[in-house]
Amino acid sequence: MAGNVIGKSVVRKDALEKVTGAAKYVGDLKFSPMLHAKILRSPYAHARIVSIDTSEAKKLPGVKAVVTGEDFHQYVGLYLVDRTLYAYEKVRYIGEAVAGVAATSPEIAEEAVKLIKVEYEPLPVVLDPEEAMKPDAPLIHEKLHEYKCVPFIFPVPHTNISNHFKIRKGNVEEGFKQSDYIFEDEYYVPHMQHCPIEPHGTIAHMDQKGKITVYNSCQSPNATRKLLSAALNYPVNKIRVIAPYVGGGFGGKAGATIETLVVPLAMKTPGYYVKLIYNREEEFRDTFVRQGMKAYVKTGVTREGKIMAQELKMIWDGGAYTEYGANITRAAGYTSGGPYEIAHMKTDSYCVYTNKPVGGPFRGFGMGELHWALEQQLDQIACKLGIDPVQIRMINACRDGSINACGEKLKDIGLTKCIEKAAEMIGWDKPKEQTPGKVRGRGIACMVKGPAMPPNAGSSAVLKINEDGSANLLITATEIGQGSMTALAQIAAEELGMSVDKIEVALPDTEYTPYEWQTVASRITYSAGNAVIRAARDAKRQLKELAAVGFGVTPEEMDVANDKVFLTANPEKYYTIAELSLGLVLPNGGGVGGPIIGRGSWVPEGLGGLDPETGQGTKAVAHWTFGCQAVEIDVDVETGKIDLVNVAAVYDIGRVINPCMAEGQTQGGIVQGQGVAFHEQMVFDENGKLKNPSFVDYKLINAVEMPRMSIHFVETPLEDGPYGARGFGEHVMVPTAPAIANALYDALGIRVKSLPMTAEKVLKAIKDKNSR
Amino acid sequence: MMKHRIRFTINGEVREMEVKSNQRLLDLIRNDLDLTGTKEGCAGGECGACTVLVDGKAINSCLMLAVEADGKEILTIEGLAEGMVLDPIQESFVEHGALQCGFCIPGMIMSAKALLKKNPHPSEMEIREAISGNLCRCTGYEKIIEAILNVTQKQA
Ligand code: FES
Ligand code: FES
Repeated sequence: MAGNVIGKSVVRKDALEKVTGAAKYVGDLKFSPMLHAKILRSPYAHARIVSIDTSEAKKLPGVKAVVTGEDFHQYVGLYLVDRTLYAYEKVRYIGEAVAGVAATSPEIAEEAVKLIKVEYEPLPVVLDPEEAMKPDAPLIHEKLHEYKCVPFIFPVPHTNISNHFKIRKGNVEEGFKQSDYIFEDEYYVPHMQHCPIEPHGTIAHMDQKGKITVYNSCQSPNATRKLLSAALNYPVNKIRVIAPYVGGGFGGKAGATIETLVVPLAMKTPGYYVKLIYNREEEFRDTFVRQGMKAYVKTGVTREGKIMAQELKMIWDGGAYTEYGANITRAAGYTSGGPYEIAHMKTDSYCVYTNKPVGGPFRGFGMGELHWALEQQLDQIACKLGIDPVQIRMINACRDGSINACGEKLKDIGLTKCIEKAAEMIGWDKPKEQTPGKVRGRGIACMVKGPAMPPNAGSSAVLKINEDGSANLLITATEIGQGSMTALAQIAAEELGMSVDKIEVALPDTEYTPYEWQTVASRITYSAGNAVIRAARDAKRQLKELAAVGFGVTPEEMDVANDKVFLTANPEKYYTIAELSLGLVLPNGGGVGGPIIGRGSWVPEGLGGLDPETGQGTKAVAHWTFGCQAVEIDVDVETGKIDLVNVAAVYDIGRVINPCMAEGQTQGGIVQGQGVAFHEQMVFDENGKLKNPSFVDYKLINAVEMPRMSIHFVETPLEDGPYGARGFGEHVMVPTAPAIANALYDALGIRVKSLPMTAEKVLKAIKDKNSR
Repeated sequence: MMKHRIRFTINGEVREMEVKSNQRLLDLIRNDLDLTGTKEGCAGGECGACTVLVDGKAINSCLMLAVEADGKEILTIEGLAEGMVLDPIQESFVEHGALQCGFCIPGMIMSAKALLKKNPHPSEMEIREAISGNLCRCTGYEKIIEAILNVTQKQA
């Protein structure tokens, strides 16, 4: 049966290529003539560049180009244009690109890099964002006040604060007065790395006409193209970005990172293909990282557990450039009530420059950091007031009619169902099983997130109907593992009444596939999905119109299903989609209409700005997705080691498009959240040098450690979601860490408020408690 | 740089090639033989993306020198399917949706292959251990473990 594929576990479109090793990633591509690039990186976290001498490097046989900030210091940035292509005049973190070399072999390029002589004059290094905020702190960006930025980012001139986002809702002092108890605490999240298993890679080429082609392991072909165009003052249509399969993104391949180093080299070597694939150390340090964050939370509650007021200060360790990161601090700001309704709120979210690697988007876009604080805070309150942690969440949960931090009235919210279901699945009210020698604990945490993007971030799709009745779907969503090809093919198939096997989905090539803002923000199924629906309906309309001409009826009398366009009143009378694909052929052999191409464009409507002083407004994001996770852990009190035993995850995703993929994505998110909880942190020395840029010292969760997981989806349809679907790809990693922290308290009455919860920290907390 | 002439079997085919003494087996496979299904994720023996079988054993090809392949039998992901007919492990990965970005998958499948060769009916824990050197950032491993378990159950 064609169509009817929404909610079915259709086999992934990319499965065969990926299990046979046939799927090509950027690193697998070879061209001729090819050059290999290497980057010279700064050994200083903050220094003036006094001079750069590239003459010896240029003389080395095989070297075709050497570029530095002297040639390429144009500014680039998505929300705040604060980064130069190559370091210029100053370096601001250890690892910053100072020069690039393109040579005939990687070995020659490497050797040439060593021949470049750079004289630096070290400047005072600022690593602690709270120090960096002080009025007398050394400035990392002296020209912050001159930088261009989007209208919703608010840098504070002549400081290291690149964004200050505020929420002023109700009257927070009044709210504290109405509270029976006030709780204050601090929480900390360190820097993290995305760690896609495929490192960033780019191959760039400029032909003799000046056309630049970029083969790119990226999430955002159109955004990359636009950023390159704006930085280089180069026509958009002279830049072509092609994204083959991407070996994991998690935000780290959004915007532009590595490509801004490779394209300048290609511009100096027309005709050559310049290839750069990061090694793991570069991957850790020189791409986007997740920003660190310190949160100060003050919460007022009634003795019944109702939150009356919240004052929250978030200080984000934005790193050396915050072109993208500034917007994360905004997103965490407008979501700062978390999944709860709070009448009186005051939030200050500061993005602060430090001499650390560049902060940027990371799965969750600030929500993992925010909820680490909010969800432990609420748990502490519950425990102190003697209220069950599930109950206190039910009391405060956002529901239909709740007013969020920005003053938006919420509707179609299924959070309470998620909480109840997660509690039931973990056996919240049942006695705990015990593992000998360990102490078991149970914890719960909720979350909310919306797609953070400019209000006019759009999607488009083109659907070409072929002469055999099959179709090609052209989109510029990148397949980063999330399954966009498959989900979007299902949506096209559903609308067209076509078998999903007949739909071939293109990988992005900005030359041929239509505009997509970015593959980020859990927005592809939602936004591109809506564009695909419109494209399919457009094609369907054309098919009906042609068939109607053929039968001498009106298009309204026609229907499309099962690969046929038929008379609703008499399904025996039909054309196959194949017969109409190139237009209707009249009995006399003449044609009508011509080939069928469906087009669809989409942008969420009703989004607007927020007041810069209060953060109040209509709608900050297109929609909200809520969820809840409950966990069971075993703690070894001798070693402090925590085992994550069971996880129950429940999300209200509106509509499940592909259950197998939705489940898989949730499992992956939980395990990534487990890594956040137990291992992951970037450790810097006092000079700002990253101490652990490898999988030896920066551990990811492996197959032995992962927990038993049970997953459930609530389906409260979203009004403007495709078939009701909401985005949820990032959300699934957000509550894992705070749920574990809450379980740790349940097990032993101890709290670790700074991530990660390493065995050492847990053991210390146990000892501290025992000595009290 | 010293060059060595080596003779080895790769995916059933005997080859003779010249390799540099410092060349990694991974480079021989990816660059000289154009078998790009084997991936490089860390170059340090930590991620398992470069896993291939050498004389039936799963090894990290980023840590083995090409010269050491002399006289050995190498199997890469490209050598599993016969034409369009998938290996049962590959089939099971497809069926179970045991993949996302796919970058770790060739290495995962090769580790599974080595495991099932010597232990056709492993327990879940044995599977977890066999792939514990293969990092996956996307899937959370669950479906991969299910897929491998299922191959063994089908053959039972
Ligand atoms: S590339 Fe060989 S183990 Fe990572
Ligand atoms: S599927 Fe992406 S790393 Fe495993």
